[in-house]
Amino acid sequence: MSLWVDKHRPTNLSKLDFHKKQAAHLKKLVHGGDFPHLLVYGPSGAGKKTRILCLLRELYGAGTEKLRIEHQHFQTPSKRKIEIVTIASNYHIEVNPSDVGIYDRVVVQELLKTVAQTQQLETNSQREFKVVILNEVDKLTKDAQHALRRTMEKYMSTCRLILCCNSSSKVIPAIKSRCLGVRVPAPTVEQIVTVLQTVCKKESLSIPPELAERIAEKSNRNLRRAILMCESCRVQQYPFVPDQDIPEPDWEVFLKETAKLIVQEQSPRKLFEVRGRIYELLIHLIPCEVIFKGLLKELVNNCDGQLKGEVTQLAAYYEHRLQLGNKAIYHIEAFIAKFMSIYKKFLEESMADVF
Amino acid sequence: MEAFFKGVRPGTSGLKDKTGSQKDGSKPGRKQAPPPWVEKYRPKTVDEVAFQEEVVTVLKKTLQGADFPNLLFYGPPGTGKTSTILALGRQMFGEMYRSRILELNASDERGIQVIREKVKNFAQQTASNRTPEGKPCPAFKIIILDEADSMTKAAQDALRRTMERQSKSTRFCLICNYVSRIIGPLTSRCSKFRFKPLSKDILIQRLQDISEKESVKAEPGVLESLVDISEGDLRKAITFLQSAHRLKGDLGINLDDILEIGGVVPSKWLDKLFDICKSDSYEKLETFVTDMVAEGFSAGQLMGQLHDKIVFTEELNDKQKSVICNRLAVCDHRLMDGADEFLQIMDMMTVIMHQLCHASS
Repeated sequence: MSLWVDKHRPTNLSKLDFHKKQAAHLKKLVHGGDFPHLLVYGPSGAGKKTRILCLLRELYGAGTEKLRIEHQHFQTPSKRKIEIVTIASNYHIEVNPSDVGIYDRVVVQELLKTVAQTQQLETNSQREFKVVILNEVDKLTKDAQHALRRTMEKYMSTCRLILCCNSSSKVIPAIKSRCLGVRVPAPTVEQIVTVLQTVCKKESLSIPPELAERIAEKSNRNLRRAILMCESCRVQQYPFVPDQDIPEPDWEVFLKETAKLIVQEQSPRKLFEVRGRIYELLIHLIPCEVIFKGLLKELVNNCDGQLKGEVTQLAAYYEHRLQLGNKAIYHIEAFIAKFMSIYKKFLEESMADVF
Repeated sequence: MEAFFKGVRPGTSGLKDKTGSQKDGSKPGRKQAPPPWVEKYRPKTVDEVAFQEEVVTVLKKTLQGADFPNLLFYGPPGTGKTSTILALGRQMFGEMYRSRILELNASDERGIQVIREKVKNFAQQTASNRTPEGKPCPAFKIIILDEADSMTKAAQDALRRTMERQSKSTRFCLICNYVSRIIGPLTSRCSKFRFKPLSKDILIQRLQDISEKESVKAEPGVLESLVDISEGDLRKAITFLQSAHRLKGDLGINLDDILEIGGVVPSKWLDKLFDICKSDSYEKLETFVTDMVAEGFSAGQLMGQLHDKIVFTEELNDKQKSVICNRLAVCDHRLMDGADEFLQIMDMMTVIMHQLCHASS
């Protein structure tokens, strides 16, 4: 039995639940039998991948759903062997080059060239190009992105790229100018509510509108998360009641508690305790940006106007440094220590004002 | 044997010639996808290159038989650097284009090893001054190193002596965006040509030509805003035009489509953002920025548009503007390093908020 998220994923451009106008445009785009390279960007859970798969299906028919997983081997110039998993059908190949870290350039070069240099023999019954889907383009190194540039132009006749990423600001302008950008905004709360209701209907369950709305609000406009939450609610308690509590991811609760600890007391001892908790979060592979954002959100609640701005700027500063360094714990801890220091100063000053 | 290979060649090497054959439609029974306009309208001769008079004059001289220096083209993307050298090569060598030109770009492996082997081997071949048919042609080959700024320093060093020693039979053409990333010894061996960003008139004229030929339906003002978005990058403008045309078909392109394709943040969002900054409420700002990130707007684009707005606004004095612009630069740099969008936008906006509400002197 598959999860609801996969089970009820639309497979057809015309069956998409929201951004229908955009879907219609995409359909028209494919209808001509050809399309430019695409750069699909938007926050997670907005339906980027769903749209891409629908597009492929529209283009090639049901054959795109017969997937096979392959392990490809490449050799770097320094004779190091790397392996990467690709998911392919007869018509497309999907790869996540950032899996191999700094060697992504080799993967991009080799893989694209092998795909792009094979020509379809029988072009009357098939499209004459294959599609390569590259995931997480924003995590590609600059080198790999440069490697894409001319390849994209040169092999235009045999292959199309679909690049998929969360933020288009990390993609170099040279690539952006070669692609048609497709922005996929996150669904609004109302749209999520509608989707939740249709999913529940398909599962022949009934969901009270209040509950659907609460789930939608808790999901931060992330549809995947909303559906997963809805499913876990179903496991927890059925029939639904409007005021049933929605299970929050436990790391979120944990993060909130950590923030509370920081505000309670500002001392090296507390910092040590907090460090343990941060380690715990990192071990469970919670992305550092999420930790930063979560902490910031909780911490600013205890500050006044001027301090809020200051704390935000600190968070931005340390998060940037984290991207350049490679040990996340230093930077998160530095942020917390800095926060403790300015917060304590702020408290002492306001105490002094009282007396 | 030789003749046999020559006979086979046009068929097997169809890959690159395809754009050519599509235009004549010479292959019947084969449904051809329309070529991208960027390729279709690439200049075929040096004369057609838009707006780069100095370069064109020099290159035309060389076509008439003057000597041909090593070239270094630099300039912003989409100004015609690659197009120019490709057109020149075609004009110069005609049929022999393939055997006389070696094109290497960042998508090829270009470490020091490749420079030592591939480039050197190619450079060492001699070229005759007659075509196989007996027509005269220049007696050298051209090696095009596209995107040379992404070559490693070691590889660039390896080029130095090769470039001089083979000067009898080979010319190099380096193409890059930033001349500062090419090592000094190489730049001093080449004659440098800067490609200017194209002027608005030229861009509009080209776009008009293309839209007439492709019978694009567009509302008035669309081409102008397209030019504004593309910032002098002709390739970007043409890609956007074609994308918009494909998306909308015969319905006609309107301004919103162009803005959407260009990924521009709509001005009403920007205005709202400013209003919120004026209200001095951190909570409102936080919700709004969360929404904005959820809408998927690119933070880099937002920074660019904010800059335009800040510089021309009347509400801030010069000192405030400079504080904000300073922070803009910092945030933009951080974004390029891969920092989180939400945090950087918040950082930026809190500075603006502070300047708007507390620092008015």
